[in-house]
Amino acid sequence: METLYLRRRVTNALAILLSLAATAIGLGFLAWILWDTVQQGIAALNLKLFTTITAYGDTGGLSNAMVGSLIINAIGIAIATPIGVAAGTWLAEYANRTKLGESIRFLNDILLSAPSIVLGLFVYTIVVLPSTAITHGNTSFSGLAGGIALALIALPVIVRTTDEMLRLVPATLREAALSLGIPQWKLTMQVLIRAARSGIITGVLLALARISGETAPLLFTAFGNNYMALSPLDKMASLPQVIYQYANDPGEAMHALAWAGAFVVTMFVLLLSLASRLAFSRNKVSHD
Amino acid sequence: MSSLPSVAAPPPDQDVRSRLDARNDRWFAWLLKGCALLVLAALLGAAFATLWGGRHAFSTFGWHFLVSPAWDPGTDTYGALVPVYGTVVTSLVAVVLAVPVSFGIALFLTEVAPGWLRTPIASAIELLAGIPSIIYGMWGLFLFAPFFAEHIKPWLTAYLGNNPDGDHPSWVYDHLPFIGKLFSTDYPFGASVLTAGIVLAIMIIPFISSVMREVFMTVPTRLKESAYALGSSTWEVVWDIVLPYTRSAVIGGIFLGLGRALGETMAVTFVLGNTLNLSASLLDPGASIASTIANQFSEAVGLQKSALMALAFLLFVVTFIVLLIARLMLRRLAIKEGR
Repeated sequence: METLYLRRRVTNALAILLSLAATAIGLGFLAWILWDTVQQGIAALNLKLFTTITAYGDTGGLSNAMVGSLIINAIGIAIATPIGVAAGTWLAEYANRTKLGESIRFLNDILLSAPSIVLGLFVYTIVVLPSTAITHGNTSFSGLAGGIALALIALPVIVRTTDEMLRLVPATLREAALSLGIPQWKLTMQVLIRAARSGIITGVLLALARISGETAPLLFTAFGNNYMALSPLDKMASLPQVIYQYANDPGEAMHALAWAGAFVVTMFVLLLSLASRLAFSRNKVSHD
Repeated sequence: MSSLPSVAAPPPDQDVRSRLDARNDRWFAWLLKGCALLVLAALLGAAFATLWGGRHAFSTFGWHFLVSPAWDPGTDTYGALVPVYGTVVTSLVAVVLAVPVSFGIALFLTEVAPGWLRTPIASAIELLAGIPSIIYGMWGLFLFAPFFAEHIKPWLTAYLGNNPDGDHPSWVYDHLPFIGKLFSTDYPFGASVLTAGIVLAIMIIPFISSVMREVFMTVPTRLKESAYALGSSTWEVVWDIVLPYTRSAVIGGIFLGLGRALGETMAVTFVLGNTLNLSASLLDPGASIASTIANQFSEAVGLQKSALMALAFLLFVVTFIVLLIARLMLRRLAIKEGR
């Protein structure tokens, strides 16, 4: 009897100890990764980073990549937001509990974790190849293609948050509006989406955070460019793609530039997720 | 004889308006539906585009493509075995390493940690999921792989493997050749299947642990408190009450992590070494589907490009199936919960 009791206590203590260790491992790796990114990134930060293009190699900066990233992300979000909000609205308001709605909701969750490199190849096939054929090679890889690839990654995030946020809107709001004789499209646009606005904004910010660090789908769509490209039909550099290129370069100075880029991307992404969290917590309070 | 009081006809402008509203409503619903169908189109399109792009490889090599270890642009022969093997093994290593750690974290966050500590630690772990994969790749390449080569790998080869720096192979290598093979190598650098597996494990820990934590919290307090009242320890409550109750969702969470690991490109490309050789050792460099595509696609032409597309198709199908299982498993708990 005594030994059984002891054994149970020891097992329990061991389990708790191991759970502590597991948490310490998780937090330890987080600290290790963030610490190195911040340390190496800050060491490599300077003004030239923001003013010089990548054509100068290890004596240059990353300005064209930063501008390219901004443009490509903006295109991605600009495409994904209206489509994603519309699709999410359809799932929540029109197709909730229908078979097609359930299946699309289900497939959207799969698209959420689909391998981004395959989505990149998909956009390569449907945008890059046709545009090469139509313009006889004048336009092949382009910032626009990169933006479309990122839109495919942002889309499921926005669909899902919009869907979830709209389903949180109380039914009384819908009933009140409909009883006044408002057509459903007006109800959706002017009442429901407004009520869920901060939640939807959270979704868009999360999507932006998700796509800002994406590299794989850009390799075969936006491709990269050592010069400043502002037209979305040009090949365009982006920060993650330049980081990938520079980190694989043997030169030490290139590595420093890659770390600086990594620092900028990480800070951008973490600040965005922080911002989305703030927007969301405000949203939560307003629904209580 | 008086006629029945007739219902007043609506004024004509109101009639027009309600018809207009009905038409707008129809258009609006169709527009939204069209956007929702785009989600479907994206998935189908990705599958068909890669299948179409890979048709030359599939028709040239046939079923042989799936089992051939050859990948030689010189002779234009391609087989998927090495990248598929690399993808599967790195992901399995990642899952095997990530599951116990994630379970520990979920256990800590739901049963052990004091209330005020739970939210900050959970947010910190979720922060891991927010770090872009390229950062994992760089960190893996510049910091973790050298660390691995210097501290972990010599230990593994000395005690479990062929012990290339010592006089004779380890006891394990002599007596348990299967395990010995896994940890034997003459490759001196840090890039390896195991390195990639570890980096992937760190990447998927936040996904698995947050699913586990969420589903652990759905266990009715009544059940847990009954067990505690009967004198169960924390561990017994988690192992005998919480886990059986949430089993399908926990498996779903693990498959979700596996799906992530299979499709991950950047982190793997940096630390896998990218050599298209088949090796039983976890300490040898390898190649995954995603890393092969990332490395070769921009310079590939003709049959090689088609073979890469075919690889992408395989990856997409496998990931789709894994994620499908994950979502179905996750849904089972939701249905049980009545949601």
